[in-house]
Amino acid sequence: MEISYYPGCSLKTSAINFERTALSTLEELGIYALELPRWNCCGVMFSQSADNLMLQLAPARVIMEARETGRKRLLTLCSMCYNTLKRSLLFFKRNGEKLKKINAFLKLEERDFSAEGVEVIHLLTLLSELDTSNFKMKIKKIKSNLKVASYYGCLLTRPREIALDGVENPQIMEKLLEIAGFQTVNYPFKTDCCASFQVVNRRNVVKKQIRKIVTSAVRNGAEIFALSCPLCEYNLDSVQQELAQEDETFTPIPVLYISQLLSLALGQDPKLNDFSLHRIDPRPLFKEKGLL
Amino acid sequence: MSEKNLMQKIADSNKSVISGVDDLDIELWIKIYFLGREYRVPAGLTIMQALEYAGYFLTRSCGCRAGFCGACSTVYRIKGEYKLQFAMACQAEAMDGMYLVQLPFAPAEKRVYSLDHEEYSANTLLKYYPEIARCLSCNTCTKSCPQGIEVMDYINAALRGDYKQVAELSFDCIQCGLCAIRCPADIVHYNVAQLARRLYGKYGMPQVKNLNERATEIEEGVYQGEFDHLVALSNDELKKLYVEQQKNKEVY
Repeated sequence: MEISYYPGCSLKTSAINFERTALSTLEELGIYALELPRWNCCGVMFSQSADNLMLQLAPARVIMEARETGRKRLLTLCSMCYNTLKRSLLFFKRNGEKLKKINAFLKLEERDFSAEGVEVIHLLTLLSELDTSNFKMKIKKIKSNLKVASYYGCLLTRPREIALDGVENPQIMEKLLEIAGFQTVNYPFKTDCCASFQVVNRRNVVKKQIRKIVTSAVRNGAEIFALSCPLCEYNLDSVQQELAQEDETFTPIPVLYISQLLSLALGQDPKLNDFSLHRIDPRPLFKEKGLL
Repeated sequence: MSEKNLMQKIADSNKSVISGVDDLDIELWIKIYFLGREYRVPAGLTIMQALEYAGYFLTRSCGCRAGFCGACSTVYRIKGEYKLQFAMACQAEAMDGMYLVQLPFAPAEKRVYSLDHEEYSANTLLKYYPEIARCLSCNTCTKSCPQGIEVMDYINAALRGDYKQVAELSFDCIQCGLCAIRCPADIVHYNVAQLARRLYGKYGMPQVKNLNERATEIEEGVYQGEFDHLVALSNDELKKLYVEQQKNKEVY
């Protein structure tokens, strides 16, 4: 099966290991993700402003590119790209007037922007649609007793209209991890925000939030985090290190993209992971658990 | 040759080509507007030639006259149309009803860096030109580019650290600055692209053996004698040499 794929900027730089492992996992399961021939930044944040349409241009262009491929579905890996693109698509579906305005702006470019005929889909949804038994058959490192805490953050399940699973207690990551032979842990803060871009100028806010999330996950037995957002990854990974330096009782645990764990379970080349991109090295733990 | 003579020679070679035109021979005339005045000029001239025909002696907003240097950025609007348009004055034809503005230069920011001390990563472009993260993907830059470059696309490539794509997409840039003047996010596209091309040239591109050998020869002064010889020639001698060289030129 072929699907259009929108990478997003981080997936080509700091989260290149996310892209590599996700694409190789999909390929193993018979899905070929074809990168859009031309794409721009998704716009980073969905604009809450109702009338500043300039801020909708970036996602609108991505949607246009996706439509022009002729394939109905557009795959995203990054939670933020998913959130922005899907909300923008919904915004234009509901606001014909705004869509007309964007088309008037794009007139000179001779392109036709429409919100119909394209669907934004996240990696997790795509994976969960697959035939479970086929997935199970391909798992090579069966029954790892690694305890994984799924971290959804705020972008995958909020707002409700674009949520890829239940808003209160999503299970989509847990189900995938269990199919791949991992143990999952339950903890109450998996859909809390990581404090996002406040890491730029209000690091203390992020620290407070990360301490709460990590401490809770560790107390519930987690040995590692699985997520799908490069910004959450950065915040959890870099801030945990700082917390550990300040406080001896704080236990930092590695932070990985869910596709990295799936790729390892499928027995793919560990080099795809480029573990040097992680500040908290997960390799000792993987060796201990027989995954490396 | 003294400095003054050399400069005079360069100035001579850059003179306007319009002289000895009889108004009676001209069949088609157009009207252009410049600095608040209307001028009647022959149809078919470039914008730059039209301004010179109108009597202006251009000391700014003109350079190579061949579409390479990017000095003659022009903003114009055609009478009766709403759209602002952009061109190089030496390349675009003057049209009837043009309101012309010649930009002397783009007062855009250019950061100082040393290539030897830079890391070949996406963050280097963001470090010197953080504005690129403000790109709205409006594509105004692309629409203003007289070279037809996909400017917005190379800024997006810069954001994800794709040096190769920035270098390739921006290769035809002549740094006229129109993109930077139009950008609602105040990005200095052409300087971002220049930094990217420099870094790509130094760290990304495969090294070319012949080029390195030739550069070494030039540094060692192998061709200095020939340069000195050319500079010392008179105008007539240079012309003769040029004609000879053109005759023998290999056609490819």
